[in-house]
Amino acid sequence: MPANPFNAFTDYGIGIGLRVPHYQHILSKKPVVDWFEIISENFMVDGGRPLHVLDQILEQYRVVQHGVSMYFGSADKLNREHLKRLKNLVKRTKTPWLSDHLCWGSVDGTYTHDLLPMPYTHEAARITAEKIRAVRDFVEVPIAVENVSSYAEFHVSEMTEWEFLTEVVEKADCGILLDVNNIYVSSMNHNFNPYDYVNNIPHHRVAQFHIAGHSKYRKYILDTHDHPVIDPVWKLYGHAIRLVGPTATLLEWDAHIPSFDEVHHEALKANRFLAEHATAAA
Amino acid sequence: MKLSRRTDSSRSTPPRLRDVQAAVAGAIMRPLAPRGRMQPASRATADRFIKPNDRLTSFERLEIYNRQYWFRLLDCFYDDYPGLRAVLGDRRFDRLARAYLARYPSVSFSLRNLGRRLEKFLREEPKWTVPHPVLALDMARLEWAHIVAFDEAAEPVIDVDDLLGRDPSKVRLALQPYLTLLDVSYPVDDLLLAAKKRDDGLRAEASNAVELSHKRAARLTFRRLKPQPLYIVVHRMNLSVYYKPLTREQFEVLRALQRGTTLEKACAKAARARPAAVQKWFQSWASFGWFCRR
Repeated sequence: MPANPFNAFTDYGIGIGLRVPHYQHILSKKPVVDWFEIISENFMVDGGRPLHVLDQILEQYRVVQHGVSMYFGSADKLNREHLKRLKNLVKRTKTPWLSDHLCWGSVDGTYTHDLLPMPYTHEAARITAEKIRAVRDFVEVPIAVENVSSYAEFHVSEMTEWEFLTEVVEKADCGILLDVNNIYVSSMNHNFNPYDYVNNIPHHRVAQFHIAGHSKYRKYILDTHDHPVIDPVWKLYGHAIRLVGPTATLLEWDAHIPSFDEVHHEALKANRFLAEHATAAA
Repeated sequence: MKLSRRTDSSRSTPPRLRDVQAAVAGAIMRPLAPRGRMQPASRATADRFIKPNDRLTSFERLEIYNRQYWFRLLDCFYDDYPGLRAVLGDRRFDRLARAYLARYPSVSFSLRNLGRRLEKFLREEPKWTVPHPVLALDMARLEWAHIVAFDEAAEPVIDVDDLLGRDPSKVRLALQPYLTLLDVSYPVDDLLLAAKKRDDGLRAEASNAVELSHKRAARLTFRRLKPQPLYIVVHRMNLSVYYKPLTREQFEVLRALQRGTTLEKACAKAARARPAAVQKWFQSWASFGWFCRR
């Protein structure tokens, strides 16, 4: 797998998200998995079972940290306590890179625990990029920011989402965690062509991919991570792989979680697109 | 006229990021109206900041986030407090949860801390737990202590032998950060175990369904429950959380140590106990790894 500065020149393949219902299976059966992604906040505690399980996983597997509440896009200052705990966890996991979302979610120290879409303005891009740089300087590992699914757009936006993503990552000089399911969901909710999005971002900055399933409602699509990946998302992923090159890919499945084998099998479907790329490249 | 001029001005100058986020977050965190709808009071914010599309109005788009916010936090609260839910019944528990989260929204990056201020809230507003305010408060304290015991830090332990030969009037021991001492008026430890067992039973009944029907989680009966003062230590051993009953004297000794009293003064709390018995208590507590350096 190609590597770049934004994933610390690693060559990770297909991973899956580490989730509680699978702990026992993983620890007892020790299945072959290239890497696991953990939700950082679930392990930013001081002791007990979560860290014990993590240490057992770390003995056998490669782990990458993925955060859900750094809120690079919030106008709030960074939370120092959060940063300290994050850095401690980075030391523990030795994650080669760290990801979190291109979103906001806190105001004046109050947390929504949601991934809220950004207003796509130059001011927001500047503030967000400054915070990404500050976090990277503190934790001392490369950072990749993930595009979120969204259900609303702001009147004040001055550019498209992919232009905003590009402006942020160029200003911050950071990587992209490209979630192709999120692009698909947002394209359906906001009437844009998802291929325009994938075609117009800096491909050399893509450090990792996310794929997932979603739920379709009458008037909008919700990013629920509770279904297999649908064909249009796989096709979009295949297109992205052709542009970016084979890159670390992770399947997210967070609700109505099936057996470990079922989740892993779904993730490994990505191999088809990686193999197609390898054949074409040869 | 002044209001009109301000409005015109705000339309000509793009609002700053901080102002956009403060207004939108205010609407998202505003309590839901009946039937899970967004309150009409949020309409102005939606129209000002959110674009409509060909399928949804500005109001409907913002409402998705308003609903997600409340459903996510209520689900988390529901999972964290099965005992309190059993005490109050689902409907009153839901009302309490909404009132608490409206008064004390999350100020932590982790949902683990969502209930940190629940005890304070229940003391301030006992009306939400009538007719069982004392029982509900006891249960909420026990359930928070459980969360603390689950993942709080464990410091290096002190062995009782390390204290041999030291002057007890100068020795101060700390208790492990994961350990909580509770004095309660009801046998909430047994009640919580019963509530969890009931939830597990309902899950099993629901076969492989991941989601438990909240309506089916019938309330345990508390009408005939009589107060029964208890002293409990909530602690962790081999990664599992335990509720261990204490005598009043044991509780007083441990509480004194936790408050920073010297070993001599703490042991004076057990003046009526035989010295040999107190020594056995300490050996037992040390074997659980409860003591660490202050």
